[in-house]
Amino acid sequence: MMRPFKAQFILRWPAWVSLLAIATLAGCKHAAPPVAGLKAMAVGNAIVESSGGHQVGVIGTALKDPLVVQVNDDQGTAVPGALVRFRGTAGVSFDPAAILTDSSGQATTLVTLGTVAGRYRLSAITQGKSKPATIDIIETALGYQQRVGSILADKYCSRCHDPESSPERVSNYDNLEVKPHAFTDGSTLNKMSDADLTAIIQHGGPALSRSALMPPYGNTLSAADVRAVIAYTRAVADPPYEAAGTVYARK
Amino acid sequence: MQFIRKILSSARKALFGDPVRAFGVVSVALLLALAIAPAKEHFSQWHSYQRHYLALIHDRGEAVSLHRRFQPGIHQIWLPELGVTDRCTTCHLGLNEASLADVTQQPFRKHPVVPHPLDGFGCVICHGGQGAATTVDEAHHSERAGEEPILPARYIESGCGQCHQNALLGTPQLNLGRTLLTRYGCVHCHAVTRPDGSKTLATDHPPSLTHIADKTTREWIFSWLKDPQAYAASTTMPNYKLSDADASDISAYLVNSSTAQAGDTAVASVKPAALADASAGPSLYGESFCSSCHAVQNAAGNLVGGDVGPELTRIGNKAKPDWLAAWLDNPRIYDATTPMPHYRFTPQQIVTLATYLQSKSDSDYGSGVHLEAANTKQIARGRKLIVELGCAACHEMNGVQKPENFAPELSAIGSKPLAQIVFLPGMEHSLPSYIGAKIRQPRAFGASVKMPQFTLTPAQTDALTTALLAQTNRARSMPDSLRVAVTPETDYQPAGHAGKLMTELACFSCHRFNGRGGDMAPDLTWEGSAVQRQWLTEFLHNPNTLRPSLIRRMPRFNLSDSDNKELTDYILTVYQSPSIDQELAPSASNAPEIVEHGRQLFYSKYACQSCHIADTKTDKGYIGPTLTQVGSRLTAAWVYAWLRNPQALRPGTTEPNENMSEDDARALTAFLMSLKGSSGHGAKL
Repeated sequence: MMRPFKAQFILRWPAWVSLLAIATLAGCKHAAPPVAGLKAMAVGNAIVESSGGHQVGVIGTALKDPLVVQVNDDQGTAVPGALVRFRGTAGVSFDPAAILTDSSGQATTLVTLGTVAGRYRLSAITQGKSKPATIDIIETALGYQQRVGSILADKYCSRCHDPESSPERVSNYDNLEVKPHAFTDGSTLNKMSDADLTAIIQHGGPALSRSALMPPYGNTLSAADVRAVIAYTRAVADPPYEAAGTVYARK
Repeated sequence: MQFIRKILSSARKALFGDPVRAFGVVSVALLLALAIAPAKEHFSQWHSYQRHYLALIHDRGEAVSLHRRFQPGIHQIWLPELGVTDRCTTCHLGLNEASLADVTQQPFRKHPVVPHPLDGFGCVICHGGQGAATTVDEAHHSERAGEEPILPARYIESGCGQCHQNALLGTPQLNLGRTLLTRYGCVHCHAVTRPDGSKTLATDHPPSLTHIADKTTREWIFSWLKDPQAYAASTTMPNYKLSDADASDISAYLVNSSTAQAGDTAVASVKPAALADASAGPSLYGESFCSSCHAVQNAAGNLVGGDVGPELTRIGNKAKPDWLAAWLDNPRIYDATTPMPHYRFTPQQIVTLATYLQSKSDSDYGSGVHLEAANTKQIARGRKLIVELGCAACHEMNGVQKPENFAPELSAIGSKPLAQIVFLPGMEHSLPSYIGAKIRQPRAFGASVKMPQFTLTPAQTDALTTALLAQTNRARSMPDSLRVAVTPETDYQPAGHAGKLMTELACFSCHRFNGRGGDMAPDLTWEGSAVQRQWLTEFLHNPNTLRPSLIRRMPRFNLSDSDNKELTDYILTVYQSPSIDQELAPSASNAPEIVEHGRQLFYSKYACQSCHIADTKTDKGYIGPTLTQVGSRLTAAWVYAWLRNPQALRPGTTEPNENMSEDDARALTAFLMSLKGSSGHGAKL
């Protein structure tokens, strides 16, 4: 009596496991499980970004400003009570990951980026009348070296290179006859090699036959500092910078 | 039983029936036994990762060199001096491979660029976790006694803080955390000793309460104790969540034990009615640059102003008018160590400013508070509460001793074993989550917890957690050669009457001299070498701004001529740089051709006009000081030395070192010294 039972059991367990695995996979394949306690009270037809996009943060930490999106109906009027879900690539977390829009039709979440430096594409989704409405939001996470670069740029470079001016920090951009390029200006900076950028930072504008208004920083910043500043400009470049690296050929 | 015995005997016969067969079976068994170890290795987790790695690099462009650098087997970084035995590189195979920069799949990612070589420090020193483990779970998530799970990336700067006690450029979160630790007064109650044995000292200035009744009312103290942030959103005073009775009794004790101080209160000699102009108050407040240190909430609810002194949004609710007048007259009578300067206001100015400040009040604040006179029992209970809550750890007060080691020491909190921690239900079992939760909501850990509720942003909580996680046992066992100590504040004190003047004017609140003082304004350790006498005298009388874009500026003190001369003499005599000799430095030639050559260098070769203004008509540079009258302000020797190497005179200055030749520096000095400005005062910008 004992033996057949045992055999049966042994034969059965892989089946159980595979069933369980299939069930789990099926569960994942389907739409995310309904969020406890959240039920859409209204449905919009479009979703737009209010604020919090295009931030530059630090890997693994929360972005400074919350991400705010707004759900609108066909007439462009804000829809309160619509359910908004936030999604991101692996490593990104939202607090909360799903929320109902408030009385002004806005959904707010705190974003923590993943641990890999680079651009993150996040999306906010709301259930539309016929099909879901989505919006993509781009955020950038800086690694250690890039952040060192951002701090150095803030101290030495941004007073001239950043046209944004505030009472606390007046920009010098408007005062310069030859306008410096913003560090986010990918269309210009992406074309310059690391060697060129190093030369212009270390030896000043005249090194590349450009304006002498750009002073040389080679005696003020270390070589590692200069590399960090370049890494930072590459990270925030828009359009994104693509390193001219090795081209990998498949066999 | 019979059945089993039958099977066994037949099996024995089948296996060991004759000697040859028995020998064969034993040999096979032996071979199998010998195969266990290699099989275990073959099926191990790390071996599987290494196979995956080989598959990953197989098709890549640099496959040959990647293959050449790959070594099968367990890898280990062994640094006995640091106590490092890290086998992480067994699976994390691409850490040093620049060509794997595009790989995002773990464990093969390239390590981001950091200042330290991986094989010089290993992994665990910064990341935590179990270096000697060879399975993912053991290495990353172990919670066993004496072991720690890996540190989440958001606290990674705590790793740097174990050796680096100084502020690093690349660790803003750690730096902020350490600043908060001292600024929020955490270290008044919790001792935090650095690995080198030096103590972390508080940098806040909790006011002494010995004469509190001169300053404010019991009703205000009550409202304040109930909710400090309701009075001033920016205050660092935490909320003790006191009941009405507790707050009433504590306020009763404080007022009752307060002693009157002669000169603390002054009956204003000028009547407020004499104030002619309603805008006089705000303009005196502005001219005195009160907002360099004090913040006020504007209509939009934003704080405008500095955070050196307390927020003044509702100061009229707090300060008694007579006390405020006396404070403005000379704050050092009430508090001898206040960072507030003694402005030497005229009686008229005092009334103007006091009236203006009194008007900063909120009629709703504390309007519902009516306290009955307290009896002796209630006062005694107030004292008991003060002792229990440890108020005297921060505030000096009459009749209560400052308690020693009031709260647990946090010098090694970053190594607190998980087994010693009582986690709240639903909490992640890790040290960072425990420390974070304790800072966010201390009383959630039990009603008997004395730690009050601080008002911190999530970023500030993370920063504080990072700073505390850096306080590890490992940091203590690091070799001395690796320790980067923090430069302690010196106890420099200028001598004589000038020294007394500098203390009264609170120069050290903003300026730094010989390693002591604030960083709001320039370091003046070598100011005597830099400036000319006439300029300094005039500047101390009426400080003109040098940098047009600055908001925080030098206030004007009503210094007497003799005090002014005393101070000028002292600065010019004492704050001299040994590297600048006014006599021996190349003298600035005033030959027109050299001045003209300097002008050419200024505008073309060095393009100084991008940051400085030498001629207000043509130049717009807004970053460095305006130079229109630099020839009347600075000495030629200083200008020359500055041009040659600015960082040598003021480390960290943004002026780039242009590696200027002697000739160029001399010509530029000649040009700059020729800029005398229109008059002694120069144009106000």
